[in-house]
Amino acid sequence: MEAIIELKRLGLSFARDGRTTEVLHDLSIKVEPGEFLAVVGPSGVGKSTLLRVVAGLLKPQAGELILRAKPTLGRLPVALVFQDARLLPWRTVFDNVGFGLEHGGCSKADRKKHIETALALVGLSSYTARYPHELSGGQRQRVSLARALAVDPQILLMDEPFASLDAITREGLQDELIRIRAKTKKTILFVTHDIEEAAYLADRIIALVGQPAFLGMTVDVEKPHPRKRNEPAVMEVVSKLRGELSAAAAAL
Amino acid sequence: MGRGREIALAAFGFAAFLLLWEAIPWFRIISADILPPPSALPGAFYRELKSGIWFAALKASLSHYLVGLVLGCALGVTLGVMTGMSRSLESFLSWVVRMLRPIPGIAWIPFAILWFGIEPSAAVFIIAIGVFWISYFAALAAVRAVDRDLIEVADAFGFQRLDQKLRKVILPAAAPGILGGLRTAIGQAWMAVVAAEIFGVYGLGNRMMQASNLLASDIVVVYMATMAAAYGLIDTAFVAVQNWLLKWKQ
Repeated sequence: MEAIIELKRLGLSFARDGRTTEVLHDLSIKVEPGEFLAVVGPSGVGKSTLLRVVAGLLKPQAGELILRAKPTLGRLPVALVFQDARLLPWRTVFDNVGFGLEHGGCSKADRKKHIETALALVGLSSYTARYPHELSGGQRQRVSLARALAVDPQILLMDEPFASLDAITREGLQDELIRIRAKTKKTILFVTHDIEEAAYLADRIIALVGQPAFLGMTVDVEKPHPRKRNEPAVMEVVSKLRGELSAAAAAL
Repeated sequence: MGRGREIALAAFGFAAFLLLWEAIPWFRIISADILPPPSALPGAFYRELKSGIWFAALKASLSHYLVGLVLGCALGVTLGVMTGMSRSLESFLSWVVRMLRPIPGIAWIPFAILWFGIEPSAAVFIIAIGVFWISYFAALAAVRAVDRDLIEVADAFGFQRLDQKLRKVILPAAAPGILGGLRTAIGQAWMAVVAAEIFGVYGLGNRMMQASNLLASDIVVVYMATMAAAYGLIDTAFVAVQNWLLKWKQ
């Protein structure tokens, strides 16, 4: 099967205060359609930068990004869920979820239907008229997920989406994501620094290490869903990744 | 403190103020000719009302006020938003702004007369200049302070054109700051009304000066109170609209 996301020898540098820092160097990654790929690595390694390239928010200076996907309801074939929910505070939950559908070409009635579908997926159907400040952190993140799902993207990009939530809420949302993914069959590119989270959620995990970042190791999680957090197949992946990341940290 | 008690205290304070005011001319501490007692005001107000002057002056002033306010704020907010979005435009305008901004609105009166004559348009010009700077700087600061992360959300959902970002993110995010500036402008514009009419354009400020020249100090106070009331009404209406627009805030 042809990859839905293909990064070919990607290179990206930032210029700051007259100095140039190379963040990504000669990085090649392929993601299969329907795959759940997690990218792990230490903070500041360039995971979010990588995701921003795929989202079209940053242009790489070298290499190529190929997306074999078409937009469905939104303008883009991808939709991004940020770490902080980044809801627009002046919009209700309903209008926040409908944000990506406002390109014209989507009638008001259709928009309503898509918004309601997305809100039902994240279990917030009764919150349509609330404003973001009236929601808990976990609810805000669900709305952010619904906003991304509403445009029915072929590719869902998630940038440490559960990192700022408390443990109980985080685990609840992880389970919900597994359920939503089973239902919608989306391709998911998921960035996290939490290797337990990556091992529990993903089909395949890649570790980004070094400065500039390069591909450290790739691990497949053999056990299909449903999984348990503490079962051997998951734990084994966790310890492999932990070994790789601490070796990389020691080498710096 | 309960709401009822607050209102009672405010009413009591106001009554005490009126009583003190009434007492000063009554005890001849200051002559009633130069400090008219509040009891003289209803009569003065009735005379002005009956002659039709009160209504005509109020109508003239309100039209200067509203036209000047709308023109000045529209230009100020538009230019402020544009400058807030473009560092180049800000640099381009920085010296011009630094030169023109410190000039008080009243200092433009000679040019207002030269350019427009003793006409309502001259008063409108003075009022508009005063509120222009207030709304310009409020809009500039509000747009500058918009959270870059929210603008990135617009990009992430494919709203890359500047007009889309403006409509979907920048203007709503800057609205609290812009509206705050407009509220200040609504107050400042009344000061400009008086200043702009003193040099001869017909209206409340002009009628006040006439009365003052005739030593009709009770009529002067009637027009002072008229302005306070008009300002209070307009400000209250504006706050209602502002609260409605910003109902998404706590």
